[in-house]
Amino acid sequence: MRHTLSVIVENKPGILTRVAGLFARRGYNIESLVVGETENPQVSRMTIVVDGDEKIIEQVTKQLHKLIEVIKISDITQEESVHRELILVRVAADASTRGEIMQICEIFRASIVDLSRNSVMIQATGDQKKIEAMLTTLRPFGIREFARTGRISMVRGSK
Amino acid sequence: MNGAQALLKCLEANGVEMIFGYPGGSVLPIYDALLDSPIRHILVRCEQGAAHAANGYARAAGKPGVCLATSGPGATNLVTGIANAYMDSIPMIAITGQVPTSMVGTDAFQEVDITGITLPITKHNYLVKDPAEIPRVVQEAFHIASTGRPGPVLIDIPKDVLQAQCLCPDADEKPVVDIKGYRPNVKGHPSQIKNAVKLIEAAKRPVLMIGGGIIHAQASAELFELATRANIPVATTLMGIGAFAETHRLSLGLMGMHGTPYANLAISKADLLIGIGVRFGDRATGDVAKFARDAKIVHVDIDPAEIGKNADIDVPIVGDARIVLKEFLKLTPPMEQTEWMDQIAAWKQNRPLKYRADQLTAQQVIETVGNLTRDKAWVATDVGQHQIWTALFYKFNRPGSFITSAGLGTMGYGLPAANGVQMARPDDMVILFTGDGSFQMQMQELGTARQENLPLKIILFNNHALGMVRQLQHFYCGKRYSGVKMTFNPQFSSLAEAYGVQYYHISRQDAVESTLKEAFDHSGMVMVEVAVDEQEMVYPTVLGGKGLDELIVCD
Repeated sequence: MRHTLSVIVENKPGILTRVAGLFARRGYNIESLVVGETENPQVSRMTIVVDGDEKIIEQVTKQLHKLIEVIKISDITQEESVHRELILVRVAADASTRGEIMQICEIFRASIVDLSRNSVMIQATGDQKKIEAMLTTLRPFGIREFARTGRISMVRGSK
Repeated sequence: MNGAQALLKCLEANGVEMIFGYPGGSVLPIYDALLDSPIRHILVRCEQGAAHAANGYARAAGKPGVCLATSGPGATNLVTGIANAYMDSIPMIAITGQVPTSMVGTDAFQEVDITGITLPITKHNYLVKDPAEIPRVVQEAFHIASTGRPGPVLIDIPKDVLQAQCLCPDADEKPVVDIKGYRPNVKGHPSQIKNAVKLIEAAKRPVLMIGGGIIHAQASAELFELATRANIPVATTLMGIGAFAETHRLSLGLMGMHGTPYANLAISKADLLIGIGVRFGDRATGDVAKFARDAKIVHVDIDPAEIGKNADIDVPIVGDARIVLKEFLKLTPPMEQTEWMDQIAAWKQNRPLKYRADQLTAQQVIETVGNLTRDKAWVATDVGQHQIWTALFYKFNRPGSFITSAGLGTMGYGLPAANGVQMARPDDMVILFTGDGSFQMQMQELGTARQENLPLKIILFNNHALGMVRQLQHFYCGKRYSGVKMTFNPQFSSLAEAYGVQYYHISRQDAVESTLKEAFDHSGMVMVEVAVDEQEMVYPTVLGGKGLDELIVCD
């Protein structure tokens, strides 16, 4: 099963290597890993999506805890959370298909951020399902390329 | 004051009396500052020897050992020793010089990314970029290395940082360590401790499985009290040897792949296994699916990641072995366990440890050395057959007195480690058991020992072969022996003479005790070479994929 781990780490050089190296050498599978600043400049938040059974996730969590610069780990898989990804997609588009593509963008609340004679670049945010659905809808027009971030997540409710 | 001087001041403030090291270009500022420091520098012959010596020192002195090397090859030579300390949870500080900050990343002369290389084999490591960080980093390094589950910490310092001027750290005012992500839990959970004691009260066939954690936590007295009060026999892993007196009736000795028959049988038949300061490593458990099948398992360890990693645990307790044992003792009543005691005694009677008596063996020599020096000597070993024979036949009574490379199995560990032990305990007797294979991996450290005038007692078993590998080939490769014959060995007598070491030779059974006595009476360093047969095997042995009760013994 896929688990989403929200990991608070000290904002120090090398921490990404430590975390990535840990996953590699212990044979855990990272599906995605996103790291970025938080409201506190001294710490960063990593959102790690990892595939494995309960036993593996328990080991992953414990091993991550052993890293001195890891401050807090929350498995937010079961929690009511907001998950978002960002995607940029370049789709083939000429005058005849552009209108239809723009309609699709509206449905997915995506926006066109670049335009050329025979393609458009679309920016979209959403959870994984929404992004997948949009890609499926766009595929018949011809997807030239896309770039996609991993997942960032936050638990709902007041803190 | 420059960074190097600040470094030494900080080491001094942390109780460092000596450093094992080897100089080079990037650490020139440290070597210059050493001339004006009360810290002693022990010049080794290879940096790997410095790391192992710091390891032996740490184990005998009960505080972190410190080793020092220059950038590049100096640093990479430390790597085996750092990995070794990591596997055995030995507190160690490794300090490496680095090329100047401006040259980092340019593939400069003697540049190597040692923090990158040692990432998976250190508890933590640092690359210091500002001399002002040195006091905090050193303080944190000692704290991390010596608390929780101990381990090695590496500090990499570029040459310009060592040379840069900085404020003198105040010796009386150590920086307060505050690491958000590092708060080891030492107190066991009270309700889990109660659950564990309930299991002890209900058990008919309990066994204590003891590892290095007891020695690190200095919990042998509490362990002894628990075992004797509730009549629980004690089996140890390789790292746990000596934590419980092996001459005591409740001692089962070594367990696992080469464990005693009675330890392995007791564990296989146990209805309760209490593992303390162990990690259920594969050499201790055999096939883990067949391990202690009838037993509920209580696991006490300071490292939460060890609990449930290898074996399924019924009662997990994260905490310091000594603190948790004290809680156990508050709740555990005296117990008789007459039937179980009778069973253990019967196994000891009917399935004893034995070795062939018709020719000179390492086992006989080790047993004799044990009888001559038990309770007073420190015993280091290398890795291989002689190591396991020492674990089985010496019979250790003193916690921490067995100094060996357990987890990594590092041949060449013995001599430099013995040097470190002797440096920490100059007035005690230090014995090294080694083999012709292991000894030749680090024998240059004879130079270090002689330079420091160490009165080591080296006992070298020479079978002109790599016995343990040969044994593996005997069992697993259909006796096709490959690459295990030492068709050339030096004349060890001449080697001893070259280093000014008193040399003795044993080739007959009836000369064992008298020669050993003579050698041990010599005040200086001695080497006793013992001629042994390459065909001799370590028994008992549990083959791969087998359970601990499926052991093969000596006939």
